[in-house]
Amino acid sequence: MLRISNLHASVDGKRILRGIDLDVEAGTVHAVMGPNGSGKSTLAAVLAGRDGYSVDAGSVTFRGQDLLDMDPEIRAREGLFLAFQYPVEIPGVSMMYFLREAVNSIRRYRGLAELAAGDFIRLARQKIQPLGIDPGMLKRAVNEGFSGGEKKRCEVFQMSVLEPCLGILDETDSGLDIDALKVVSEGVNGLRGPDRAFVVITHYQRLLRYIVPDYVHVLANGRIARSGDRTLALDLERHGYRWIEERSTALAAAGT
Amino acid sequence: MYTYKYRLVAAWRRPGTQYTMSTAVDPLEGLASQEYKYGFVTDIEQDTLPPGLNEDTVRFISAKKGEPQWLLDWRLKAFRYWQGMKEPTWPNVHYPPIDYQAISYYAAPKSAEDKPKSLDEVDPELLATYEKLGIPLEERAILAGVAVDAVFDSVSVATTFREKLAEAGVIFMPISEAVQEHPDLVRRYLGSVVPPSDNFFAALNSAVFSDGSFVFIPKGVTCPMELSTYFRINAMNTGQFERTLIVAEEGSHVSYLEGCTAPMRDENQLHAAVVELVALDDARIKYSTVQNWYPGDKDGNGGIYNFVTKRGACRGRRSKISWTQVETGSAITWKYPSCILIGDGSTGEFYSVAVTNNHQQADTGTKMIHIGRNTSSTIISKGISAGLSNNSYRGLVKIMPRAEGARNFSQCDSMLMGDRCGAHTFPYLEVRNKSAQVEHEATTSKIGEDQIFYLNQRGIETEDAVSMIVNGFCKEVFRELPMEFAVEAQKLLSVSLEGSVG
Ligand SMILES: Nc1ncnc2c1ncn2[C@@H]1O[C@H](COP(=O)(O)OP(=O)(O)OP(=O)(O)O)[C@@H](O)[C@H]1O
Ligand SMILES: [Mg+2]
Repeated sequence: MLRISNLHASVDGKRILRGIDLDVEAGTVHAVMGPNGSGKSTLAAVLAGRDGYSVDAGSVTFRGQDLLDMDPEIRAREGLFLAFQYPVEIPGVSMMYFLREAVNSIRRYRGLAELAAGDFIRLARQKIQPLGIDPGMLKRAVNEGFSGGEKKRCEVFQMSVLEPCLGILDETDSGLDIDALKVVSEGVNGLRGPDRAFVVITHYQRLLRYIVPDYVHVLANGRIARSGDRTLALDLERHGYRWIEERSTALAAAGT
Repeated sequence: MYTYKYRLVAAWRRPGTQYTMSTAVDPLEGLASQEYKYGFVTDIEQDTLPPGLNEDTVRFISAKKGEPQWLLDWRLKAFRYWQGMKEPTWPNVHYPPIDYQAISYYAAPKSAEDKPKSLDEVDPELLATYEKLGIPLEERAILAGVAVDAVFDSVSVATTFREKLAEAGVIFMPISEAVQEHPDLVRRYLGSVVPPSDNFFAALNSAVFSDGSFVFIPKGVTCPMELSTYFRINAMNTGQFERTLIVAEEGSHVSYLEGCTAPMRDENQLHAAVVELVALDDARIKYSTVQNWYPGDKDGNGGIYNFVTKRGACRGRRSKISWTQVETGSAITWKYPSCILIGDGSTGEFYSVAVTNNHQQADTGTKMIHIGRNTSSTIISKGISAGLSNNSYRGLVKIMPRAEGARNFSQCDSMLMGDRCGAHTFPYLEVRNKSAQVEHEATTSKIGEDQIFYLNQRGIETEDAVSMIVNGFCKEVFRELPMEFAVEAQKLLSVSLEGSVG
């Protein structure tokens, strides 16, 4: 589904990603952990095609196509979804209107008929209900005045409406209370399936109790310093990042 | 006691000073290549006065319309005022001097000479023009419940629905006809809100106005339909000087919409209109404008100079006048729809969206003059600048000594696209009554790169994302427009800003 090879990227001339290799197959969930500033959000941004990030080397293929060659909206229409670490407010634009435009842009791209207002409202209500979000939120402006936790839930709600092939969740768990964490995780788990994959960026092993990953990767200094199964997350919780970081700095110093 | 407060986002200013926002955000830079959809020229023989302006011009226009002596005298007096006046230089706009002798002050499509009585008598070319403009003159109009008084250059060529309105006692006709049919009403109110001596362009208009609309809503009547006028400048080198007068008697209600377009021409054309509104006790007038005059090409050639005086007098107690404007066109806009709140408890509102792109310049805003007790006013202004354009908000809130308990709330938001445009705010405040409450909020922001990316990430392309963000920004104003025009306004906005973010 997603194949990242030797990806190097920088922002404002500052090198942040220094050779990422990651294979995400359909049907799998990959957790990405790592200390603050290690480049997790940068990786997500580069994958989603945010302006201002320059890819200095490497390649990314998504469902067999060159991902880096696509405009951000095309990546989205091809099925890549990013749940933002900091969702953006859009004053005056209702959630309902925004999301219907999103759904229909994607449907048009795929040659499907647009959803009429009524059908869309039905779909939205059906998807919002299990996430425990007040449907009144659909009438509010996108993310405006939402609490931190509401914004995160709303990202997952959008994902469940758009049904992407690949969901990248950037710290969707931070800011969620314990109940919300469960509800949101169930939302994600409900989307899991053989044709879909997830990259879940998190700082907390707690989330991984609910969304059980097939693989765990630790990002440090812009590379994947270590990969393993879910037990790696438990080790991290016990030992912290330092033991991995030390190794990766040593590697970097050795010039590999 | 009054409060005076700013909400500040990116920049702020003190009253009476000026600020310009132009912080750089590279990816958003980009020049617009805007297509003007209404730029066709109608091929009709025109009955046109040669360029030039003197007393004879004024007499010619008046004679052409068979006006009574009092009106000719009124025009001539205005002309003499005008001769002694200077073109104002205080607006924050720049243009080469206008040669008033190079403009033609009268152009009528020939076939309208002997006033058509029904649509069948109207030149088909004209009807085709209106159709291109999307004006519902026929069946569609009936369905939409819109009565249209269409002003083509200088003469009103068709007025629909007059009969239906007449049943309700509403008078809606070209002002030239109203002069003939209802001379007392016209004489009583004409120039009573905007006197000919008011300003340079008002004086010019008073001298040479060729036509416009007259609306009279009698006591207690709610006008059974939206009234609307479309203005279009067609002839070359002509100025358009229409004059609109709306009088709402006690307890009456009316909603009026004007739309404007003009063909693309390399020369600049002058539009100097005057609109006067009078609201008596408990009357309500809602006046909406969707202004889409030709703005000139992307290098700043051609386009309309839109120098307009619009003013409403809330003469009656609890009367209300509400201006809503969406200004996307014109090379230069100079316009301050105002309310004079004379009646106790009267209300003035001003909702404005002004979009400038390429080389457009807009200096627009409002004046709220509080004279009566417990008068209140609301100002919501949204300025959007793109390209190399300049967009200024200029607003005066004046609380007179007798205006016990007056309140004003003003909110002026500016949005910048790219870093080569300018947004300016000039609020003026004069408070002469201590009980007044005046509140002013101003914000300036750049259209957010992060907002565009967020929408892109949901599959929405940049052009649509910009239009969505901008429409969201203007929402408080759009919701004041009649439904069908709100939709049109949104589309216009998208067209005006096409290519402004790349
Ligand atoms: N425009 C920029 N200029 C310079 N440095 C930048 C810029 N944007 C991001 N960075 C740096 O890149 C590094 C990686 O940031 P990133 O947001 O990817 O970290 P993260 O792993 O997501 O951290 P967190 O866990 O705190 O979310 C940080 O050191 C950050 O300061
Ligand atoms: Mg991050």
